[in-house]
Amino acid sequence: MIEAIQAAWPPLAATPLLWIVVTMGSFLLAKRLNRICNGAAAANPVLIAILLTAMVVKVTRIPYPTYFAGAQFVHFLLGPTTVALAVPLARNIRHIKSSAAGVVLALAVGSLVSMCSGIALVGLLGGSRAVALSMAPKSATTPIAIAVSQQIGGVPALTATLAIVGGILAAMIGRRLLTILRIDDHRTHGFVAGVVGSGVAAAQVSSLSGLAAAFAALGIALNGVVTALVTPLLAVFWH
Amino acid sequence: MMGGFFLLLACDLLGEALRDVAHLPIPGPVVGMLLLAAGLVVRSLRSDREPPPQLERSADILIANMGLLFVPAGVGVITQTGVLETEWLPILAGLIGSTLLGLVAAALTMHLVMRAPKADARRALVPGE
Repeated sequence: MIEAIQAAWPPLAATPLLWIVVTMGSFLLAKRLNRICNGAAAANPVLIAILLTAMVVKVTRIPYPTYFAGAQFVHFLLGPTTVALAVPLARNIRHIKSSAAGVVLALAVGSLVSMCSGIALVGLLGGSRAVALSMAPKSATTPIAIAVSQQIGGVPALTATLAIVGGILAAMIGRRLLTILRIDDHRTHGFVAGVVGSGVAAAQVSSLSGLAAAFAALGIALNGVVTALVTPLLAVFWH
Repeated sequence: MMGGFFLLLACDLLGEALRDVAHLPIPGPVVGMLLLAAGLVVRSLRSDREPPPQLERSADILIANMGLLFVPAGVGVITQTGVLETEWLPILAGLIGSTLLGLVAAALTMHLVMRAPKADARRALVPGE
């Protein structure tokens, strides 16, 4: 049995099919586990799915580029899905317009605090410049974060990891933190998740309501633009 | 469903092309999202129509399953074991610290600004949500 699997694995590992099935299977399993845990924030389905898939890739000693060559068909859908966020955005344009002042200020403060504190903390604790610069754009949505990291001299693969783990972290603590601060407005929950935790946190907060989803989409879009424009400047000042 | 998905891909492509031509510093999909949102808003202002149902269905399906799409890039963590071992402390502290500070700063700012004026905005949100 094991020998048969060992013999069949290498040719299968070269096809996209295997990695799409492994990735989707891990995610479905992770969602089921999350339901068993009553939707506990610590049992984040994205985190569990990444760990499960990484385990399969590691144990079978498949190089990451081989895995990604197959899984890129899943990754590709990030593009149209980012575009799809326009729909909740347009549906709730009236609410967004009526809270424009809060949105603009929260964006400026949240985005800057997150970027600067990330760089400063890494620097203070003796991290390298490459790690600090990989940390700076991590709150932006993953494709933006990767592009910016490349541009300013970070490590794109590390930034991708940080963006996703940071998003999971924001999804895990965001709602509880805002409850402690006694903020129950779905507009704030959504926007903050989008600005600090991008798509991963938005995916979670979108289950609150359409309004939360719309503000999360707005947060992702606006913070993507701010990050792309501001981090290159921060990189110049940080030696 | 098909038509909706086509529209999303077309906007993605348009955003990508525009970014290329205009040398924008933001990625194509974000440009595409802004274009589509602008189109939908103009459409609803002109004729007070909702987004096309086909588009809504495709968008809702993709957004509901967005988490899956982060897995392939996330598995990339296995290529970063070296730097994660040598610089785990600054990475961990930077990640947790900046996420916490960012969340608190953004949430408090938005809360304080929005709480200040009209209380009727809150009431208006209740129906249909």
